Amino acid sequence: MRPAPPWRLVAAVAVGGAVGAVLRWSVGEVAPDGSGFPFGTLAINLLGSFALALLPALDAVRRSRLLTVGLGPGLLGGFTTLSATSEQARVLLADDRVLVAASYLLVTLGACVAGVALAHRWSSPAAQRVFEAAEGNE
Amino acid sequence: MTPLVVALGAAVGAPLRFLAGHWLDGRFPWGTLLVNVVGSFLLGLLSARSVDGDVMALLGTGVCGGFTTYSAFAVKAHELGARTGSTYAAATVLGALAACVLGFALG
Repeated sequence: MRPAPPWRLVAAVAVGGAVGAVLRWSVGEVAPDGSGFPFGTLAINLLGSFALALLPALDAVRRSRLLTVGLGPGLLGGFTTLSATSEQARVLLADDRVLVAASYLLVTLGACVAGVALAHRWSSPAAQRVFEAAEGNE
Repeated sequence: MTPLVVALGAAVGAPLRFLAGHWLDGRFPWGTLLVNVVGSFLLGLLSARSVDGDVMALLGTGVCGGFTTYSAFAVKAHELGARTGSTYAAATVLGALAACVLGFALG
């Protein structure tokens, strides 16, 4: 087994994750998802996925392992969520709104992957590999 | 008070995800797949138990929300290419939904 990551990196993920989760919670307070199509959570996941794919373009991030994991797995990992997306789809299915549930899951997936593809145009595949190897995408 | 418990929960969930990725993600991101499925199971379970208020903010919004991730999932799905990426994406989205339904049923 690989050795554990340095504790300061784990701490950076904890701090970044806490900030990201509070931001996500704030969005829900300002614009609650309600019982229909969960636009707020979709916007959070799209923005977070786009931003994560943009990070390899930033020199300062590629130079600092602490920034890489604090912002990637930390801030943006804590900001975005897949559990809420699953729970929202489950509730829609339980309400017999199968089409809304299916379109919510598909639109979220399609939009987030498209956002990643777009953001990756600002960095080279080499820069993206450096970021991946530094565990920016965990 | 609520933002504080959300922060506290995510300060536990996010590093756990990071460690799962550190040890289990390889050519295929098994760690990230696992955290997203397990986190969705737990949120379904909490929902069935009608957990709400600051307890839900701590365990649901904080721990489960911080533990699971859409950003890393989307980047990995893209980087794995059309074939493996589609398999990974389908396994995550459908696996997490099935786990959430199961968690709710068992809760």
